[in-house]
Amino acid sequence: MKPPPFSYHDPATLSQAVELLATLDNAKPLAGGQSLMPMLNMRFVLPDHVVDLNGIAELSGVRITESRVEIGAMTRQREVEFSAEIAQACPILIEALHHVGHRQTRNRGTIGGSICHLDPAAELPTLACALDAVIDVIGPNGARQIAFADFPVGYMTPSIELNEIVTRVSFPLWPREAGHSFQEFARRHGDFAIVSAAAMLLVDPAGRISRATLALGGVAATPLRMHEVEAALIGQMATPETFRAAAELCRKVEAVGDVYVSASYRQHLAVVMSKRALAQSFSRCGAMQKH
Amino acid sequence: MIAPVDTRIVGHSVERLEDRALLMGQARFVDDIAFPGMLHIAFVRSPHAHALINSIDKSAALDMPGVHAVLTMDDIAPLLADRLLKVALPSPAYRQELHRPVLADKEVVHVGEAIAAVIAESRYVAEDAAALVFVDFDTLPVANDCRDAMAPDAPRAHHGAPHNIAAEFDMGYGDCVSAFAGAAHVLKETYWQHRGVAQSMECRGVVANLDPMSDVLTLWSSTQTPHAGKRVLCGLLGRDEDKMRVITPDVGGGFGPKLVFYPEEAIVALAAQMLQAPVKWIEDRREHFVATTQERDQYWDMEIAVDAQGKILGLRGLLIHDHGAYTARGVNIAYGSAAAITLPYVVPNYFLDIKLVATNKVSVTPIRGAGQPQAVFVMERLLDRVARELKIDRAEVRRRNLVPGAAMPYKTPLKTRGGMQVVLDSGDYPATQKAALDAAGWEDFKIRQNDARAQGRYIGIGVANYVEGTGRGPFEPVSVRVAENGRIHVASGAAAMGQSTKTMLAQVVAEQLGCDMSNIVVVAGDTGAIELGMGGFNSRQAVMAGSSAHAAALKIRKKILLVASHMLNVGEQALEIEGRVVRLKGGGAQVELAEIAKAVAGLPGYYIPGNVEPGLQATEHVIINDMTYANGTCAVEVEVDVETGLVTVARVVFAHDCGKMLHPKIVEGQIIGGIAHGLGNALFEWMAYDENAQPVSNTLAEYLLITATEMPPPVEFVHLESPSPLNELGIKGVGESGVIPMTAAVASAIEDALAPFNVNITKVPLSPPDIIALIDAATRKGA
Amino acid sequence: MDSAVDTRTISLTVNGKAYSKAVSVRMTLADFLRHELRLTGTHVGCEHGVCGACTILFDGMSARSCLMLAVQANGHELTTVEGLANGDEMHPLQQALSEHHGLQCGFCTPGMLTTLVELLRDNPSPSADDVRIAISGNLCRCTGYEGIISATLDAAEKMRAGGVK
Repeated sequence: MKPPPFSYHDPATLSQAVELLATLDNAKPLAGGQSLMPMLNMRFVLPDHVVDLNGIAELSGVRITESRVEIGAMTRQREVEFSAEIAQACPILIEALHHVGHRQTRNRGTIGGSICHLDPAAELPTLACALDAVIDVIGPNGARQIAFADFPVGYMTPSIELNEIVTRVSFPLWPREAGHSFQEFARRHGDFAIVSAAAMLLVDPAGRISRATLALGGVAATPLRMHEVEAALIGQMATPETFRAAAELCRKVEAVGDVYVSASYRQHLAVVMSKRALAQSFSRCGAMQKH
Repeated sequence: MIAPVDTRIVGHSVERLEDRALLMGQARFVDDIAFPGMLHIAFVRSPHAHALINSIDKSAALDMPGVHAVLTMDDIAPLLADRLLKVALPSPAYRQELHRPVLADKEVVHVGEAIAAVIAESRYVAEDAAALVFVDFDTLPVANDCRDAMAPDAPRAHHGAPHNIAAEFDMGYGDCVSAFAGAAHVLKETYWQHRGVAQSMECRGVVANLDPMSDVLTLWSSTQTPHAGKRVLCGLLGRDEDKMRVITPDVGGGFGPKLVFYPEEAIVALAAQMLQAPVKWIEDRREHFVATTQERDQYWDMEIAVDAQGKILGLRGLLIHDHGAYTARGVNIAYGSAAAITLPYVVPNYFLDIKLVATNKVSVTPIRGAGQPQAVFVMERLLDRVARELKIDRAEVRRRNLVPGAAMPYKTPLKTRGGMQVVLDSGDYPATQKAALDAAGWEDFKIRQNDARAQGRYIGIGVANYVEGTGRGPFEPVSVRVAENGRIHVASGAAAMGQSTKTMLAQVVAEQLGCDMSNIVVVAGDTGAIELGMGGFNSRQAVMAGSSAHAAALKIRKKILLVASHMLNVGEQALEIEGRVVRLKGGGAQVELAEIAKAVAGLPGYYIPGNVEPGLQATEHVIINDMTYANGTCAVEVEVDVETGLVTVARVVFAHDCGKMLHPKIVEGQIIGGIAHGLGNALFEWMAYDENAQPVSNTLAEYLLITATEMPPPVEFVHLESPSPLNELGIKGVGESGVIPMTAAVASAIEDALAPFNVNITKVPLSPPDIIALIDAATRKGA
Repeated sequence: MDSAVDTRTISLTVNGKAYSKAVSVRMTLADFLRHELRLTGTHVGCEHGVCGACTILFDGMSARSCLMLAVQANGHELTTVEGLANGDEMHPLQQALSEHHGLQCGFCTPGMLTTLVELLRDNPSPSADDVRIAISGNLCRCTGYEGIISATLDAAEKMRAGGVK
């Protein structure tokens, strides 16, 4: 289990990296390496060139504006996990990160790497789906922004060109009084989710749900946004029965099955995780909103 | 319960000899060995579960810079005494010979079977070149599921074989037909258990080097059986015994599969000989999944007959055992299962029909527990059924059937694989069960359970008894030698793979020879250090090697005191060995061990003091043919999330009796490790294959080992010590105890937790989807 | 040796010692430490980032050395298991692991130690659950983790009392 032969490039700037990816054939950008390196060791990928992005300082860093958290693609997951500012502004991001692998992998793994790898069971793409994250990419034809809704084009396949690099992931912020929850069912701590559910809720002073989002990870080939559930919630009183009934809609999702976990079990878990995520989100809605 | 310890080292949790080097990063595992000019092997392995090999084209690989050789059977056959590894233990049960070839050349019968060895300047280049060895296959139908493979028209695991039965035999005694005919109750059930892959954290590995000066070929192998390995290699390669040496360096866990001799060991040895260069092969984790032996599926079709009070009248059935593609060890797992099932209980009539079925999967050989966990699972599940049907408490049913303490030693009608009668030598099984139940609060659990259910929580408690045959004989030699600098050297064939064998041997020897652990140097598993040896398996090291070490140390002790009495001119009784000196009890005159060793080494023209035989060395191989039987009872509490199927193990209580404990902390460590393994077998570990016998679990992200976050709070122990009468030290083995009752206890606990749904658990492992399916099925049935 | 790819010379510090060495660009950091620097205390258990045996401290942060290329360590500071003790005097964690029988075969131990050194640095008073989570990415087949967890809690207490960093 040793990496195949390749040429190694370690650009110091984004423009050098763009240039390299534009000119080299069969090149693979290397971010935190927590997914690509195992695939190299197992020779599941055989690049002629590896372009290491770890030396590009401009790709790292966190910025919080009025409306969003902007995270440089090469920002380590650990940096986000331990950011007090993000904990304030976007606590669901921290909650999701606690499910991402282990300490050792979060120390190296990056936000952009996980988003690009687009494992349907991974937490960050699921959260990005729930929050309508925006992904900034750059390539030989310049920079562009992709809404997460348009980002996955298939199983582990993002809508970016082979010569493009993700530079930034932005998560829109919800009002402070919103409640959030990231629920995950995995076999062991730190494993990829069998099913995860990311939810946020806003409730009006009368106790009616005014805004809701729900995304499911692990269920299908890509993260799923549950618009039908959201629509069913809006305007309803936030009660356990409301959440139960809305979550029940998830039983109809088209789920994947494999030798370990059947599609019907994933559908079942989609209901359970959604119900729990909605209930917990509501329990965390701002106090003044709840009565 | 535990006798006061009147020893100073034995029986105490002294610091382990092994720890310091391991903690400081200074241990030496096989992959830590390096020689200048060392070459590296990568194997070309079969991607197919079953195929004929038409041709092998190695030209492109050989053309690659850095590649030194590509070996196939055609290259090595002229140098081998046999193309096959004939290492199977003897048995009249075989129905066909299924020996592994050193390299496959005509047919491959499981994914991962080695076809060619690429030898290159580095492992990286060797892997590059291995990808360029082109093998032309014709794929064949596969024998996948061992039950299906028994059908007369099933695809054969081996092309042209008359059938897929690798071996068959039966075991039993009494008259089951009459017992069942007259029984108040007869219950039937079919059970399936899966075990999986050993997953020692260190995979296998081999380094070989031919010393041009001495012509000695030395093989360092991460093996549990170096002496057996040497014997095989001498035969295969035609080397004289004194020109072949096998050494086990530090070994990063064994758990069974490393007791088997493997093709890779032969190839690395042969390559070093052929290329006149040091050669290394380190198994990677992907290879471990397909090339290291496993313990997989057993299907039991069982019936139990009981009287109106739940007393067992008879037990009978059929065991179908997945044997894998080859016979890499023997019929011993199935034999061990069949021989273990009745052990804790009085079973007056017993009959089991046993079929070992060849499949196109990697060979099956023992993993920690070696068939016994499966047997315990079946027996304990059946007793839970009896309890449920007869409405008797589960523990009470067991109590009524356990072999009573007063019956010890209890002669069962069973025989070991070597034909010796199985005699349960000591222990009080009902007292052990009671101790576990008391510690677990069995009587009061119902109250807690009802309280929890009122809150919508499903908790359950389970119990399982086991009796483990330990200390497989007939012997394990140990030599003890006091060197002329006073250091005490201990050598044994008892290979160590993490179970603290060196500490154990040093403790036994130190107790007699000065009680200074730091003065003792232990070599465990080096054919150059001791001539005979069996190795590490079957929870035998402390029993077998410990007994030999004790005998050898006593012999040397006697000699030391005799010589010292002459040197100091006092009676032997007045002397004691303390640290590195022999001295008058209470102080005064003394002589160093070093001086005694020098004195008995002799001087030309002078008497040896005391006229003893020269040298301070003794080699003992205490022969103990009968196995000593350890026992225990495990109680487990679980909580089941009935929405997700998640099972949380909340508590493990473990009452057991392994005779005298040499080192209580090591005993507990062995048991906890076994418990973790058993919890994995109950809830996590599954070696999945698809319908073409292609392995689906190929990484540690797919094959789930239990981690720290899934482990229960600290295990609660009750230690009982009934000394074994079979050895001087009164000990019984413990290395596999922890794993044996776990699947049974967990299944019992889950069934109890889910009693409101009335589920019936008949298989392990149980994943969350399985739990939900059980609940769904029971709900549908109830509705 | 690796005839198939380019080499680069890298400079790095390991356990306080500076090294400068030419290395094949595809060599993993784990292999480099073990076979080029002969620091064989770091163990390779799975080479796909699951078992944790190869964990080292990379600029003070735990990382899986099988999931890094050696060339990526250029200019960085690494600590391996060989660098934890103070000369012959074991680190409190090493001492505690021995006392609590937190190791058997010892193969996973280096990765456990490096992971736990980081934990105790960042969280000097961990709960048992904190320890469990910290080592949930480190597999051990021998111990059932129990001795490792109790050793860590014990070492933490001793380090707090002794002011050890």
